[in-house]
Amino acid sequence: MSKVLGAVEINRERCKGCDLCVVACPTDVLLLQPKEVNNRGYHFAFAADPDKCIGCASCAAVCPDACIEVYRMVVK
Amino acid sequence: MTPQDIIRPENKVYARPALLNENNMHYCPGCSHGVVHKLIAEVLEEMGLADKAIGIAPVGCAVFAYNYVDIDWIEAAHGRAPAVATAVKRLDPTRMVFTYQGDGDLAAIGTCEAIHAANRAENIAIIFINNGIYGMTGGQMAPTTLEGMKTSTTPYGRRVELNGYPLAITNLMTQLDGTCYVTRQAVHTPAAVRKTKAAIRQAFSNSMDGSGTSVVEVVSTCASGWKMTPVQANKWMEENMFAKYPLGDLKNTVQQ
Repeated sequence: MSKVLGAVEINRERCKGCDLCVVACPTDVLLLQPKEVNNRGYHFAFAADPDKCIGCASCAAVCPDACIEVYRMVVK
Repeated sequence: MTPQDIIRPENKVYARPALLNENNMHYCPGCSHGVVHKLIAEVLEEMGLADKAIGIAPVGCAVFAYNYVDIDWIEAAHGRAPAVATAVKRLDPTRMVFTYQGDGDLAAIGTCEAIHAANRAENIAIIFINNGIYGMTGGQMAPTTLEGMKTSTTPYGRRVELNGYPLAITNLMTQLDGTCYVTRQAVHTPAAVRKTKAAIRQAFSNSMDGSGTSVVEVVSTCASGWKMTPVQANKWMEENMFAKYPLGDLKNTVQQ
């Protein structure tokens, strides 16, 4: 059975830590950094559980700062 | 397989639109403006209209849209964007002309210009961001503010006997013969974002086809003005704003 693998690339310096991508993710891949901040002082989003990503691009669709790019491949 | 194996150019399914430039947006975290800017950039890119588009951004947070979306922009006086758009479109009908207005702009100071441009069936697209508040100036009451909603000028909530009723201006615009497409959308979920993108695409193609005025209202959040987190603001919008401003197409006279 083929499997869909996804990955997200987040521009951490653009991210403003609004949390909308974390809520939009259907497979709970993303989280905001609990302590670390970017150079503008925001707790940026990161892929906490990258193996669960299915590349649906829901996070990228709701991101107001367009800092998420999404990759997807199907493994037969 | 590691993410590095998946992150390859041939696997890219969602890229940042090329028309959005590298400037960091000045909007607050979670602001709906960013999503709508992104959708406009995507639609213009996909329709191949980047060189033909002229956006008119009057006063409001989005007055700085020219910093972020790499097309031609004109900054208009407060509320006068549809009047400026009328002039631009009439002088050069080959251009794709759209206005980008907030509710303090379109529904308050610019009601006259918006209604009359729509009534003249000007071939422009109006993108109307409705967050029920004056976001740029510090969260004052707007005509679209909901009944009972607290703002900095209505600290005990909007009272109908003092401030009147919330104004659903897109519903008014459906009554005009000049409008061909009036819709109300939102950008709070991935599904809503896709619908809004389709609505913007139709509005832009109506403008190029000369079908009349298209109005796309985007019910939005103002997390800072509402004094909430972006996630709370989306939830509050779903529970309160959508009751007064239900989503969906209000009018569509264009044959698909």
